[in-house]
Amino acid sequence: MDLFFEFLTTLKNTVVDVLPILSIILGFQLLVIRKPIPHVKQVGFGFIYVLIGLALFLLGLEKALFPLGKLMAEQLTSPGFIHAGEEVLTAIHWTDYTWVYIFAAAIGFSTTIAEPSLIAVALKAEDVSGGAINSNSLRISVAIGVAIGIALGSYRIVVGHPIHYYIITGYVVVVIQTFFCPKLIVPLAYDSGGVTTSTVTVPLVAALGLGLASTIPGRSPLIDGFGLIAFASLFPIIAVMAYAQLTEAKAHRADKKLEKRKIDKINKRNLNKNDKTP
Amino acid sequence: MHNQFFVFLKALLGSCKDLLPIILVIAFFQFAVLQQPMPNIGDILIGLALVVLGLTFFIYGLEMGLFPIGESMAQAFAKKGSISWLLTFSFCLGFGTTVAEPSLIAVAKEAAIVAASGGIISDTIESQLSYANGLRFTVAFAVGFAIVVGVLRILRGWPIQYLILGGYVVVVLMTMIAPSWIIGIAYDSGGVTTSTITVPLVTALGVGLASAIKGRNPMIDGFGLIAFASLTPMVFVMIYGMVIS
Repeated sequence: MDLFFEFLTTLKNTVVDVLPILSIILGFQLLVIRKPIPHVKQVGFGFIYVLIGLALFLLGLEKALFPLGKLMAEQLTSPGFIHAGEEVLTAIHWTDYTWVYIFAAAIGFSTTIAEPSLIAVALKAEDVSGGAINSNSLRISVAIGVAIGIALGSYRIVVGHPIHYYIITGYVVVVIQTFFCPKLIVPLAYDSGGVTTSTVTVPLVAALGLGLASTIPGRSPLIDGFGLIAFASLFPIIAVMAYAQLTEAKAHRADKKLEKRKIDKINKRNLNKNDKTP
Repeated sequence: MHNQFFVFLKALLGSCKDLLPIILVIAFFQFAVLQQPMPNIGDILIGLALVVLGLTFFIYGLEMGLFPIGESMAQAFAKKGSISWLLTFSFCLGFGTTVAEPSLIAVAKEAAIVAASGGIISDTIESQLSYANGLRFTVAFAVGFAIVVGVLRILRGWPIQYLILGGYVVVVLMTMIAPSWIIGIAYDSGGVTTSTITVPLVTALGVGLASAIKGRNPMIDGFGLIAFASLTPMVFVMIYGMVIS
C-alpha cells in the first residue's frame, strides 16, 4: 500500500515536470497552428503511457538501483577498501583504484544500455536511415563510449589532472574524425553525446565522482568532483564515429575483395584465351 | 486484443534485456568484489520489476504519443511558413523543458553547496539559492538559444560540423579565461540538460522539419539539435561564472 502512495507521489512529480512541456505544446497547437491535433486520442494515451512509464521507472530506480549504486560507489572509494585496512603514510598510487575504474566502466556501460532517451534516439535513427543504422549496434557503441569516458574520468580524479586537457584532446579527436567519417553519421554522433546522460546515469555517476573527490587526499570536490558527466558526453561521439568508420571500412574491404576476384577472373579468362590462340 | 497483448509482452522482454547488464554489474561487484550480502533484497526485486514495467510503458507511449506530436507540429509549422513563430516555439521548448529538469535542479543545488563550502559565495541559504537559480536560468536560456540555432540550421541547411567545431573553439577559449572552479560544473551542465521527455520531442521535431522541407535529408539535417543543446550551456555557464566572480 505504501508503494502505491509512493507511486502516486512520483507520478505527481513527473506530471509537474512535464507540465511546462505540455502547456507549450498545447499553447502553440491551439493558438498558433490552430488546428486540431491529428489522432488526438492516440497521442493522449501515448502521453499518459509515457508519464506512467517514467514514474514507474523513477520509483524503481529510487527503490533499487540508486541506493545500491551510491553505496557501492562509496564503498569502492572508501580508504578501508582501497588499502584493505593497512595504515597508509605514502602518497596514493593510481593503480590502487583499479576496481574503481572497472566499476566506473561497467556501470557506465550498463546504465547507458537502459537509458530511455538513448533508446528513443536509436529507434528514430533506425527508422530514418531505413535500417542502415541498427539501433542495438548504435546503443552498444554509445555505451562503450560512456564506459571509456567514465573510467578515464575517474582516473583523472584520482591523479588530479586538470579536466580541460582531456576534454580539449577529446575535441581534437572529434574534429579529426569528423573529416574522415561518413557524412551521414556526423549529426547523429554529435547528438549521442547529449542523450547518454539523463535519468539513470547522472545520479550514479555524480555520486561516484563526489565520492572519489572527497575521499582522496588533496582533491577538492569543488574542482575535481564534477566533470565525469562531461567525459560521458564526449566519448560517445568518438565511439559512434569510430563505429561508422569501422562499418565503412569493412564494407569497403568486402567491395575490394569482390573487385579483386572479378579482376582475377577476367585476367584468367584472358590468359586462357591467349593460350588458345597460337 | 490478443495481438496487442503479445506486442506488450515482447516489449516487456526487451526491457528485461536492457536491464540485464545493470543487474549483472551490481551483483558481480556486491558479491565478488565487495563481498557483502545484498541489503533488502525484497525492495530491490520490487524496484527492478518497476523499472522494467516503466521502461516498457515509456517506449510504448513514445511511439504512440511523443514522436507523432513532435512530427506533426514540425510539419504544421513548415506548412504555415512562419519562421518567427517556429523560432519562438523552439526557444520556449528548449527553455521550458530545461528550467524544470529535475537532474539540473539536483546538480545546481549540489554545485551551490560545494561553492559555498569552497568560499566562492557566502555560506547563507539565500546566496546558495540565488546561485543555484542563476545557474538553472543560465542553462535554460542556453538550451533555448541552442534549439533556435539548431532549427535555423535545419531551415537554411548549414552543415553541422562548422557550427559545432566553432562552438568547441569558443569553449576552449572560454576555458582559458573562466575561473577554474566553474569549469567542471560548466562542462557537466552540457550533459544534464537533455531529459528523457525532451530528447524524443526534440528529435521528432528536427526529423519532422527536415522531412517537411524540400532538399533536406532527415538523416543529415534532422539530427543535431541535441548536440547544440549540450554545447551552448558550457559557454553560457562559464560566462555566468565570470560574471559572478
